[in-house]
Parts: sequence; C-alpha cells; structure tokens
Amino acid sequence: MSIMGTRVIRTEDPLFLSRGATYTDDLTDERLIGALHLTLVRSPLAHARITSVAVDEARAAPGVVAVVTGAEVDMAPALLFGGANKAMVRSFLAADKVRFVGEPVVAVLTEEAYQGQDAADLVEVDYDPLPAVIDLHAAATDEVLLFEDAGTNTSNGFGLDAEFDEHLFDDCEVVVTREITNQRLAAASLETRAASAVWTDGRYTLWCSTQAPQSARDEVAGWLGVDSAQVHVITPDVGGGFGAKIGADPEFALVAWLARHTGRPVRWHESRSENMTGMVQGRSQAQTVTIGGNRDGDVLAYRLDVLADAGAYPRLGAVLPLFTRMMAPGVYDIGKVESRARVLVTTTTSIAAYRGAGRPEATAAIERAMDLFAAEIGKDPVEVRRRNLIKPEQFPFTTKGGAPYDTGEYANALDKVLDAAGYPELRAEQKARRERGEVVQLGIGVSVFVEITGGGAFSEDAAVEVHPDGTVTVLTGTSPHGQGHATAWAMLASEHLGIGLDKITVKHGDTDLVPRGSGTMGSRSLQTGGVAVYQAAGELVELAKQRAADLLEANADDLDVADGRVSVRGTDSGVTLAQLAESEPLRVDTNFDSGAPCFPFGAHLAVVEVDVESGKAVVDRIITVDDAGPVLNPVLAEGQRHGGIAQGISQALLEEVVYDEDGNPLTATFADYAFPSAAELPSFTLLDMATPTHVNPMGVKGIGEAGTIGATPAVQSAVIDAVSHLGVRHIDMPTSPLRVWTAINAAAVEGAQ
Amino acid sequence: MKIQMTVNGADTSADVEPRLLLAHYLRDTLGLKATNIGCDTTSCGACTVLMDGESVKSCTVLAVQADEASVQTMEGLSPDADSLHPMAAAFHAEHGLQCGFCTPGMVMAAVSLLEENPRPSEREVREGLEGNLCRCTGYHNIVRAVLVASGQDPDAVTGGGHAEEAASGGVEVAPGFSTGSGA
Repeated sequence: MSIMGTRVIRTEDPLFLSRGATYTDDLTDERLIGALHLTLVRSPLAHARITSVAVDEARAAPGVVAVVTGAEVDMAPALLFGGANKAMVRSFLAADKVRFVGEPVVAVLTEEAYQGQDAADLVEVDYDPLPAVIDLHAAATDEVLLFEDAGTNTSNGFGLDAEFDEHLFDDCEVVVTREITNQRLAAASLETRAASAVWTDGRYTLWCSTQAPQSARDEVAGWLGVDSAQVHVITPDVGGGFGAKIGADPEFALVAWLARHTGRPVRWHESRSENMTGMVQGRSQAQTVTIGGNRDGDVLAYRLDVLADAGAYPRLGAVLPLFTRMMAPGVYDIGKVESRARVLVTTTTSIAAYRGAGRPEATAAIERAMDLFAAEIGKDPVEVRRRNLIKPEQFPFTTKGGAPYDTGEYANALDKVLDAAGYPELRAEQKARRERGEVVQLGIGVSVFVEITGGGAFSEDAAVEVHPDGTVTVLTGTSPHGQGHATAWAMLASEHLGIGLDKITVKHGDTDLVPRGSGTMGSRSLQTGGVAVYQAAGELVELAKQRAADLLEANADDLDVADGRVSVRGTDSGVTLAQLAESEPLRVDTNFDSGAPCFPFGAHLAVVEVDVESGKAVVDRIITVDDAGPVLNPVLAEGQRHGGIAQGISQALLEEVVYDEDGNPLTATFADYAFPSAAELPSFTLLDMATPTHVNPMGVKGIGEAGTIGATPAVQSAVIDAVSHLGVRHIDMPTSPLRVWTAINAAAVEGAQ
Repeated sequence: MKIQMTVNGADTSADVEPRLLLAHYLRDTLGLKATNIGCDTTSCGACTVLMDGESVKSCTVLAVQADEASVQTMEGLSPDADSLHPMAAAFHAEHGLQCGFCTPGMVMAAVSLLEENPRPSEREVREGLEGNLCRCTGYHNIVRAVLVASGQDPDAVTGGGHAEEAASGGVEVAPGFSTGSGA
C-alpha cells in the first residue's frame, strides 16, 4: 500500500517533545567552548550622522575582551540586493551615518553574556540628527535623501519606463479608484536571529538560523571577501522563518569576522527588542487601485500603481513587487491590465520576504478592487467575482500580468466555500440583524485567489543512499524550519524503497554535506526538493535492479523492489538493498529542475462579527479551499494551511509595525506588537481540492503561503461588509477597533451632509 | 548568592548573580536547553516552566526567587522520546507543533491549564493559553491537542474542522498517490 497521501505524524516530534529541539543558541558543540558573547550597540535614531564614538570606558569594563567600531571593520559596505541602486550599500557597523533605529554601530565582545549589556551601556555615541523619512509619498519627493551619493530615494522600479495608458478605462461605464495600504508586518518567528562562528585552519564555520544555508554561505563569503569554499555553514533546528530568514543577515558576517579578528569563537543571539527592529520585515506597500467595467458586472480594465517600501537598505523586498505585478489580475480574466512599482528607501527596518512575499499584496489589491467595483454597481461581490473568473477550459492561461497559470478550478473553489458556509443563510442572517439594528453586526467576506509557488528557483539537488545496515540517508538542498521535511522526505524515499520511516534519516543544512541547494521559501520545497528526493529514490531502485540482475542472473525487467528487497518476480530469489550496499555504495545523486513555477489557488470565506459601538471585529468562522494539487501528507499540509490562515487573519485584524514621524518604532516588543494569541482566533474549517499541475511528475504545488494569501482579503472584506450598510466602503488594514469606529462615524457624517 | 533548587527531581545548587534569570539558570547553569526565550517582555511564554506546580515564565523569575523551590521543565515531563507524557503525546498526535520553539513552554502551560481545569471547553483552552504565543500552527492543532489530552474529542468540541471532498482535475499524477486529505 502506498504511503503517499496518508496521515503520517511527524517523526521529528518525539525528540522535540522530550529533550527539545536544538536551535543555534542551544549548541554545545565543542568548537564553541570558550566563545565570546557579542552584544551590539544599535542606533537609537532613525537618521543621523555619527559625530563621535567613545569606547574606552566600555573596554575597561569587567569581562570585556574587545570593543569594535565601524572604523575598524575592513569588510566593504555591501549592496544587499543586486538589483538595487548601487549607492545604497550598508556597512557592517555604521561609521558615518545611521539610517534606521536598530542599525548596529558598535560590537562588544565579552566572556559572559550579561557582561555584554553592562559594557554596551558604557559606549557613548554622539549623533547629529537628520530628518526621518517614513511616508512613502514623502520619500518619493526626494526632499530628504538617505543616500546623498544616489541623489534619489528610488532604489529601483518595475514598469516605470512607460507612462500609463490614458485610454485604459475608455470602454468602462464605471471606474473606481482608491488608495489602499498593505501595512508593514513583522515576521516574528519565535526564535530570533542567532549565529555562532569559529575561524580555524583558514576556514570559517558558521552556525546560523536560516532558511537557505547555501545562499547564506555564499552571501557571507562575499561580504567577508573570501571564496565560498572557505565558509562552512551548519544550520541547526530553526525556530521559524516565514521568509525573514532567507539567506544571511549582515550580522552573520560580522560574527564570522569578529571570530577571526579576536581569534576566539563568537556567539550572538539577539533579544526580541533587537529583532523587532533588526530583522527584516514584510509587506509595506502604498497602492492605488483603479478598476473599471460595465454595470452588468464585467471587469474590463485594472490598474495597480505601487510604491514599495525597501526600508533603509534595499534587500529582497526590492524585488518582490515583481510578484505583485505578475499576480495583479489574480483569478480574473481582465482584458486590460497595467501596473508599475517604484521601490523607495525610508529610514526604517529593511523589507524582505514575509509569508506570501509580494503575492498577498497583489491579492489584497485586486480583491479589494472587486469589492469596491461590486459596491459601486450595487451587485453581490460573489456574483461579480464569479462572472469574471478564468474558466477551467482556458488553461493553461497567460495573464495580462504575464503569469503562465498552469491549472485552476476557480469557480469550483468558490462554490465549495459558499456551500460549506451556507452563503444564502448568512446573507439572510445579516439582513435580519441590520433590520433589527443590532449592536453586533455580521460581515461576510469572500476571496478567490491564485498565487505563485517555487517562483524563485526551479532546481534542487537530492541524494538517497542505502547503507549496509539497512538504514537510508536522504540529502536535500531544501532547509526546513517547522514544515516537517524529515517526515515528508522520508515518506518519498520509503514509497520507492519500501523501507520504514524509522530507518530513514533526512539531512539538510550542512553546506559541506549538501553543497548546492536553494533552501525553503516561496512554498517551493515539495515541488522542487521533494520531487528531487522522489526521483532520486526512483533512480536508486533502477540502480539496485541493475546490480541485482547480475547477482541474481535475472533480467532487470523481471525484478521488483518491495520492503527494501529486490526479488525476481514469482520466485523466492532475491537480495536486500542493504546487501547490495555491502560491496559498493548504493547511492544516487540527482537533480530536478521543473523549469517553471506552479500556481496554486483557492477561495476563503470569512464570517466576522463587528460591534458597531466599539468597532471591535471578531472572526467567527473561516472556511477555506487551498488547492495545491495532490497532498503528500495531509497532516503537514493542514498545518501549513492553519499557520497561514492565522497570519492572514492577523494582518487583516491586528498586526502592524508602526513608526512615529521621527522614525521611532512604536511596536518594538511583543508587548506592543499585536501578535495574535489563541484567544483571538477561531478554529478553521478546511475543505479539500486537489488539482494537479503538469510542471512536475508528482503533480504537486506549494502550500506554505496559501492560507495567508487567501485569508487576509477575505477577513478585511468581511469587516467592511459588516458595516457597509452604514455607508462604509473601505477600511485599511489592520481593521482595528479605532479604524472601524472611525470609518463608521466618518460615513455617518458624510451621510448627514 | 548561593541557591539550591530541585529541577526535574534532581537537587541543583550554584552561586549566582542576584540578577540571573531563572531561564538562564536552567539553560546556561544547568544546560537544560528545552526552555526557550522568545521575548523580553513576558509576552510569549516560550520559557514557561512549573515552579512548585504553578506555571511561571522563567524569564520573569530571578533564579534567587526560585531558591528552595521545585522546578519542572519539559525535559522533566517525559522520561524519554519513546515514552511521552500524555500532553506531549497529544501534541505529537495532533501535530500541535511545527518549528518547536514555543513548544516546551506551550506544553508546560497546557499541563498547568489541565491541572486547574481538567475538562476545558475550546474557549477555555484558548483563553487559558493566551500567554503563550505560537507563530506556526495558528493554534488550531494546539487547541486540539489540549482537548485530546483532557480526554475529549476535539471534533465534537471545536467549531472548525475538516470536511472531506473528492479530488478533481484532469492531470496525471504519480502512481499510488492518493489525493485529498481524508480526515
């Protein structure tokens, strides 16, 4: 019986639930004995010139081994994203100028961790403050420049060469336009950033919390100015990433540099307050949507104009508007679509990937636009959506955004959530509450979405080896941080080899063991790395058959592999895979390259209750279809959906990284940032659909980010829907009680005039 | 200051700085690394342990305050990976953990919750675990795990769930590959 598609609980968990996982800060590796503790002195100002740095008093403090300033670091300031404006480089310790609160300025190295904070408090840095640049529209004026050498705050752009078509909406009876904000979010992985390094025998060994060890190695080597072969990255267990731990952070290179500089191993583990300003954040786009069509409900034209925040130093966030543009028209067949994005620097924490990374921004925009259009023509938003969906027979379908959609059953997904929710009954209940003028009103929000998975890197290596003792090692270039690869990849190998999961070990994250790999992000793991493992195990079976054919004097075509044994069909003659591994290694190294991304899709329906007197919204139910093709392990896939849905709800209702006008972060701790607890969320209702793709032989698509992409617009829409009868058309996220209350009152004032 | 405390049934003692946090005493002095530290404002609960049977956030307790106390961490809950405590076993069975960072604190908080309320409703579980944050699971399966550990059927108690549907689509997939979840 096949193990694929079955509910296998995780093999990694018993250790996690007894001794606990081993994260970077938990390491007791003997190479780290006697390690110094790194404490960073960070900028308290958003934008300032450094006029002096005094470290003598700190150097004399107990336990201090070294205090290093920016002037002493000989790594050249680095461009952290290749496509950014070449002048927008970051120093590893700021020497002349700081550009966000939290930027590292001085490194303090002490024998013990507590001594580091004591000594850091003795470092005196004088600053000459400069005006902060927080608002994206203000950044675009270039009145205050972050990088004088650049002469502009624009890092890069997409579609900026041509002007918008002034006739785009000429055929439309109705045109609606609105500015909407996709707010800045913190990835907020429970494990903050951590790295440890040692320099021995001309080589750096770097342990770090990352989603992509091989690119972390290459980035750190580049920043250190050494060959990649001189950096060995080891990734222990990783306590969540959500996109913010893709590759390396500049601090990782600093840790390695300091290890060589001091001749001692160095450990670094940031606090949460440091993390909330130091680790990259997500989203942060100012969007203008314009949608046009006829009064029957046909959408004829759509325009998306984006100002994207890069933060102070452009990183991965500078390229994500590419995905936002590509996915702009979503699931709809719209005849005319145009978009552009300008990426701007601001005196804030850098923006990079956060669960969804460019696609939630596209989905939130088009779904909000569909609601606005439906409201303008006075039709049910569900019916307007259905009328404009791309139909199954149109696939493969290349959108006006340039996305080559593989497969999709959008109307099916929509119908499933409507049926499960009892949509007509919900509308009836809403109508009744409105007629009764109840304080707690009902809102229903629907999103239909499509996203892109595996969009960044299509290729992945895998190796499978059977050992003489009957155990199996799987090597993968993907790099899990909670997704359950140890279980899932073992299932893929077991399927071909017939060897039990308890005998299969999945290894990843050590760049000497797995030199090539792209890591785990963009929901890519199964459709690239998983397929590679499946392919490797299949190839190993063929290799074993060839070897067994000689040994058993049989034709390879007459051999079967089951239960870890090759046997001649219809006879007792056979040999185990373990026996075949005795004479020479039984190992296959392979690569799978899909050459294309996948486009999973789904529909979410949210039911919220809004107290119209306080403005507080509570999600009562959320019902979702997240179709990512066939499911390898439903336990894991559901877990990914749950986490994604929670983060999607949370963006719609609760979370926002906030700066004041001087660039001070107001949400720099978990006491201030609206991280949801169990009490703020409901249980989720998941519906199944499995539409395979043709871009890989397993038919699988990515599932890691779907929940976030679908849930956010559904919940935002539901909150607005709950108060739409009071004249409210739009509320920006997060739809906090204050925002909802303000919108209700503004609509009342407007209605009275 | 000299302190002594029982940790997971074993006597421990050390001469510590008065400012040393209990979390650091457990992790760095004793080498018990399961207890994690996820914030610096007593918000996340990753460091939750039991002190004299009550759940506390060990980042907000000084080691000297735990002098003469009995402390239990997740390492002390299950004898080994093969014989998990019922709460840990329920987290395993219900997939109540992903990256695992919140897990030691979450499990200890859940143990404490059931000691106070052996048969909680879904809402009571959610409110009882409000001080423990998880970024991976959306809490759905954590809540289920706690309900299972309390001897209840989570499908009967929670509002959400999982509806089974047939697969669709016309593309060939790998042989032997079933589609759809099947609850």
